[in-house]
Amino acid sequence: MDAERIDQIIEPYQGAPDLLIQVLLAIQSECNWLPEAALRKTSEKLQVPMSRILHIATFYKAFSLVPKGRHKVHICTGTACHVRGAPRILHTVQELTGIGAGETDLELKFSVETVNCIGCCALGPVIDVDGKVHGNVSTGDTADILEQYK
Amino acid sequence: MPQLRSPDQLDAFRQELSSSGDADTPCISVCAGTGCLAYGADQVIRAFEAEIGKQGLAATVNTKGTGCPGYCEKGPVVVIYPEEICYLGVKPEDVPEIVTRTIVEKKVVARLVYSDPDSGEQAIRESDIPFYKHQERFLLSSNTRIDSKSIDDYLAIGGYTALSKALFRMTAVEVVEEVKKSNLRGRGGGGFPAGRKWEGSRDAPEEVKYVLVNADEGDPGAFMDRALLEGNPHSILEGLIIGGYAIGAHEGYVYVRQEYPLAVENIALAIRHAEEYGLLGENILGSGFDFKVMVHQGAGAFVCGESTALMTALEGRAGEPRPKYVRSNVKGLWNRPSVLNNVETWANVPLIINKGADWFTGYGTEGSKGTKIFSLVGKIANTGLVEVPMGITLRDIVYKIGGGIPGGKKFKAVQTGGPSGGCIPERLLDLEVGFDELTEAGSMMGSGGMIVMDEDTCMVDVARYFLHFLSDESCGKCVPCREGLRQMDRILKNITEGKGQDGDIETLEDLSELAMDASLCALGKSAPNPLLSTLRYFRDEYEAHIKEKRCPSLLCKDLVKYYIDPEKCSACLICLRKCPEGGVVGAKNMIHVIDHEKCTSCGVCFDVCPDRFDAVVKYSGEPVPPPIPEEQRMIDRKKKKDHEQSPSAN
Amino acid sequence: MSKVHLQIDGKAVEAEEGMTVLEAAHHAGIKIPTLCFHHELEPMGGCRLCMVELDFGDWTRLVVSCVYLVEEGLVVRTRSEKVDKIRKGILELQLAHAPYSPQLNRWAEEYGADRNRFVQDASFCIHCGLCVRYCAEVAQKHAVGFIDRGVRKEISFIPEIAARECNDCKECFPLCPTSYLQAAFVLTESLAFPRNGSAKAGDSAESAS
Repeated sequence: MDAERIDQIIEPYQGAPDLLIQVLLAIQSECNWLPEAALRKTSEKLQVPMSRILHIATFYKAFSLVPKGRHKVHICTGTACHVRGAPRILHTVQELTGIGAGETDLELKFSVETVNCIGCCALGPVIDVDGKVHGNVSTGDTADILEQYK
Repeated sequence: MPQLRSPDQLDAFRQELSSSGDADTPCISVCAGTGCLAYGADQVIRAFEAEIGKQGLAATVNTKGTGCPGYCEKGPVVVIYPEEICYLGVKPEDVPEIVTRTIVEKKVVARLVYSDPDSGEQAIRESDIPFYKHQERFLLSSNTRIDSKSIDDYLAIGGYTALSKALFRMTAVEVVEEVKKSNLRGRGGGGFPAGRKWEGSRDAPEEVKYVLVNADEGDPGAFMDRALLEGNPHSILEGLIIGGYAIGAHEGYVYVRQEYPLAVENIALAIRHAEEYGLLGENILGSGFDFKVMVHQGAGAFVCGESTALMTALEGRAGEPRPKYVRSNVKGLWNRPSVLNNVETWANVPLIINKGADWFTGYGTEGSKGTKIFSLVGKIANTGLVEVPMGITLRDIVYKIGGGIPGGKKFKAVQTGGPSGGCIPERLLDLEVGFDELTEAGSMMGSGGMIVMDEDTCMVDVARYFLHFLSDESCGKCVPCREGLRQMDRILKNITEGKGQDGDIETLEDLSELAMDASLCALGKSAPNPLLSTLRYFRDEYEAHIKEKRCPSLLCKDLVKYYIDPEKCSACLICLRKCPEGGVVGAKNMIHVIDHEKCTSCGVCFDVCPDRFDAVVKYSGEPVPPPIPEEQRMIDRKKKKDHEQSPSAN
Repeated sequence: MSKVHLQIDGKAVEAEEGMTVLEAAHHAGIKIPTLCFHHELEPMGGCRLCMVELDFGDWTRLVVSCVYLVEEGLVVRTRSEKVDKIRKGILELQLAHAPYSPQLNRWAEEYGADRNRFVQDASFCIHCGLCVRYCAEVAQKHAVGFIDRGVRKEISFIPEIAARECNDCKECFPLCPTSYLQAAFVLTESLAFPRNGSAKAGDSAESAS
């Protein structure tokens, strides 16, 4: 974690506790997680108690208190994808990666998440890996898709 | 960049824009919404730009990445103006042909236009395609005409006319009255009359007030707001400024979920452009009215779509709703009068101001006026966004616009209103769509998600899906929701796993009553709706799961066993290879048999068995036939071929 | 402050403007059960036990009395078939977490709640939030807070702050209806308090990295 970079990110939000969520989003985007030192800095500069920061960091799904994997596998579990078989895709991804939704593997290769609707319902069931959307996925395809990622 | 300081300057600038573009100038509009981008639309756009450049047409032909036109099933969608020729499923390889045949030779590329799946009849123009023909697209039609990142395009089609009219030819009170007269009801779920909400804030004595856009769109399966915000952000901005003027607010917030990065980008850009043109900021258009807008991103919590939770999140806190007995339009954000409306509601405002409340009330039913955008998804042939007048029947939406159920399957139910809504069965398909009509049927309008389900959908599983979702998204503050939904989720999970017991339905009903009566916010209060509506119309499915340990739709994994029909199996080895557990026993020329010791009912064999064999069968509530003896599993290929060819086989 | 006249359980009650129905009832000697209420804290309205029925003639409304402000002419019922059913349901759900809480069991008897109606969960916390809110609003130390949401929500001590502040305070301890708070404190103390004695914020983080 680059301390100077973190300072740069927090600087415009100094003294504005109502923008806490926005600054945390910026830090998450920069570091791929929320390092504790960054949270302490935020607490100091925005004049917000640590307990509130931790509540927010754990309340909202966008944040992670542990580093995320290199490749983010998002399985859409929106209603349309659910009705088209998303649970089986999730199950297969779990079998193949060895981790469940919300988890990251020990090699920090994959982080698996479920998302509630990417808005590509016509392509359902949908997996999004690192922003690339794979549509009309079947259980058989899943292994082929994940194999592409190192 | 001009700073427009009066209505006249705005009109003059608009004239300039319209005249610089000849109405006959060809324009290639490629949908650049998130859905089509996933289909590779960005490559299609680049291919057009390259080909246009190659053929030397860059000076006379425009190519635009536009907002979502709604026909997501057939993306990438390309519309060629001025002829309005609509090409579907366009790939980069198709582009050179389109440019040569359509742009240059003015001919149609027949294989890319819409073709009716039954009759083969073609429809070339967008408005002739059945999917679009039955819609009334006041809000969505602009999407294909503008580059979502261009304020000039929005101005050229008449954008900000309503703002000019409101600021200079109407008083704030008149604006509120017009919105009241239109009977515009909230499009986010509550269906509360917007005019009355505005009036409450207008009348509040406080100096500082706020207008807020709820772009948190958390209902899974709903993406209308995304299409509007990505495709035509200025329409929402214009509505918001008018709202601010109407109630006396000088600050607005757009709360967008962070899962919509393109929407965040486009609205932020729109705000910057509007500021540059003097349409936002101090002394808008020289009217003396100041207004500024900030964008706040959500961080992944469905509950933040609830109004008090959203305001709490805007204050930089965890989005936990607050028990309030004084309405937010009087005491809302920072305890000040705040009007929070949904994206689609705000987008309707410029229309109402421009065309008048009387025009608006010409569409719809007694209690529900205007149009509504629905996201028509699930087991439906034409998935996408549809904008229809209130009062259209569900049947028309599903069949005339949606094209019915694919795969020859039978319609079972349509779920509306997201996790707060319910399922409507076939016998109620002639229901006219409207706020009150849907509520009476045990569902609700909600934000507009419309999920179609067929005979393969298990209604108990649907109820469990929604309860699990809500239990996961519950903020946890109040007991009936946090604990009640947790127990309901648990009971439903047991039922779908074959562990249901007598008394479970009664317990579910008790917990439902508790959640509806005693929850702190609408998430908890409406959480039982999917369960109660499926119990109302599909109780037999629950009883089959509990009493017979049978899933009538053959879906619930723990209640379904797979069996390979030896009469149909061709020993092709496909399922044997694909089975993740190594649970298929067989070989080349040896009929495959499932080893139930290893089988986890994952369904891969069912998915991969080729259609021409269709050998895998599902059983539920009754035992699977025993495997045929090993000796009988050898296939004599010649004998099989003779058998297939003999008249008695058919 | 002007006076407000209302009726609670048939009894005429005089209250002051700005009072909640709960406060007015307490002053009039009428008992309403509460779990998450404390006179020094902002009302949370989370436990829902204090719900009462308001009678408006042709319709009734259920509200949490700890938040609802008194109004002239209000007719309040602190017990009714609906209200009692709600309380019974809430108690049964809470007892699944803290089956031996004395407070919960006393009310369970009164409202006919069955401690074993629901599958018990291995947690004693009933999320009344008294400890968290007291530490934030009264003690103003922010040593303990909530983390996560929904069924995963938990109270959590911040080790550096707790090590510094709690031993001299512990004012929140008697507030806990289930003694989970004390258990959580002891656990945090043994597992996570900074080791070097003179703890200050940031110490343990620095020494760990």
